[in-house]
Amino acid sequence: MKISRKTLGIPYGLFLVLFVIAPLVVIAYFAFTDGTGHLTLGNFVGFFSDPNTMGTLLYSLVLAFVTTLVCLFIAYPVAYVLARSKWKRKSILLLIFVMPMWINFTLRITALKEILTLIEGNLAFHPFLNTVIGMTYDFLPFMILPIYNTLERLDESLLEAASDLGADSVQAFLRVTLPLSTPGIVSGVSMVFLPAMTNYVVLDMLYNSTYIMGSLIGSYFSAYDWNGGSMIALLLLVIICIFTFLTGADESAGKERGGALL
Amino acid sequence: MKKKSMIPGIIIIALVLFFIYAPILILAVYSFTDAANIGAAGSFSLENYAKLFTTEELRSMIIGTLALAVGSSVLSTLLGTTGAIGMFYSHKVLQKSARTVNQIPVVNADVVTGFSICILLVVFFGMSKDTFLPLVIGHMTLTTPFVYLSVLPKLQQMDPALYEAALDLGASPSYALRKVVLPEILPGVLSGFALAITLSLDDYFVATYTKPATFDTISTYVVNATKGSQTQIKTALWALSTVIFALVLLFALFQNARKNRNNARKEEQAA
Repeated sequence: MKISRKTLGIPYGLFLVLFVIAPLVVIAYFAFTDGTGHLTLGNFVGFFSDPNTMGTLLYSLVLAFVTTLVCLFIAYPVAYVLARSKWKRKSILLLIFVMPMWINFTLRITALKEILTLIEGNLAFHPFLNTVIGMTYDFLPFMILPIYNTLERLDESLLEAASDLGADSVQAFLRVTLPLSTPGIVSGVSMVFLPAMTNYVVLDMLYNSTYIMGSLIGSYFSAYDWNGGSMIALLLLVIICIFTFLTGADESAGKERGGALL
Repeated sequence: MKKKSMIPGIIIIALVLFFIYAPILILAVYSFTDAANIGAAGSFSLENYAKLFTTEELRSMIIGTLALAVGSSVLSTLLGTTGAIGMFYSHKVLQKSARTVNQIPVVNADVVTGFSICILLVVFFGMSKDTFLPLVIGHMTLTTPFVYLSVLPKLQQMDPALYEAALDLGASPSYALRKVVLPEILPGVLSGFALAITLSLDDYFVATYTKPATFDTISTYVVNATKGSQTQIKTALWALSTVIFALVLLFALFQNARKNRNNARKEEQAA
């Protein structure tokens, strides 16, 4: 058989159908059936009527929201200083901020756990605070990088024009720099918010608690309740889709996550 | 414009860097002692490193993680590269749908990716996790889309006439692909491979749902180890963290040197 360019795409096309689309179809099937294969809305109703699962949903939303805000408030000044500095080798500084991401995150959280234990004595006193610190520690570079990229590209002459037109530095920042860096902020927010909602390992390692969406899947999984777990996975997927649609992060997500790592 | 003070900026940078690096560096210092806890007194010792490299359990976990990362990344680089080439030259509709589906694992939570693959292969099709197939497929699903995304822009940048010219000059399609297209997209292929390796090494969620019960990656091992109270293992993991940090540092220095060299070459060419 002659190999043309198009036929090269067949294996990956099949792979996408078999291992990206089919798993989602199967969890959708499991989510709306019971253990014996009969159609049911029980899992759906069960999720929304159980105060435990609803509490978890709320808790992980609040946790993700707070983590995202904290990351934004730390990352923006850092990205701003890095991007606006006149230093020739600022790419090295950026590299220093991004480098820890190459270290396995469970090892980094282990390090953080040791330090927090040293400071607080017992981690159980401040579970929420510790989780926010842990997630910020884990996800901060994902917020710094996209904001840095937009600020770096910002046209300097716009700021000069603003000051020529009588804006002081605060006004210039609020009306020129901040609006122009919105794409970076949106991208950073989507890179932090979704993982913060689902990455239960940080929470799990810092404090043995299960109040987060991701760990709910885990708990159903260890209880061999595939149907309940599938429903939660499906709901998470819906939340992710809505969020991705709202932020329009779809196109940039791959690039940013990739760019952050390389 | 009036010159602003640089001091607040430097303070912000320093504080955040301290937050990022203090835990890793303190752990690194303590990894060279016989202390059982951070903050406890101890004297210099290389025992943690000896344990790291001689304990069978730790060694097989590290080798297993590396083998999985390299193996799944080679496969996903092959699959993603051929996929990107094939889709790029396919019909617009096919190209667009491939792009959309390719984006699903990228934006999806890793928990959902891992869980859904486990449900499909293990629960639905009854495949045994001990075959390593669910784990390898899971990691390929996680990483191939990123290979695809890093190869595609290189294809878009490529001059389409090059391939045609090769065919006109008598090259067979496969020869033209190897000798003309591949060298053009090679940087994208390599960065896709590197990205696949890092993603695989960092993964916890896909592995935890798809791995054989007796097999551990660094992530799954560390998470289990922190729940237990085995001090011996815990301090050996400090050594592991330090070794990885040292490797990352070396790699970053190397990357930076290479980038500088490339920049210098570009400037030379421009001049």
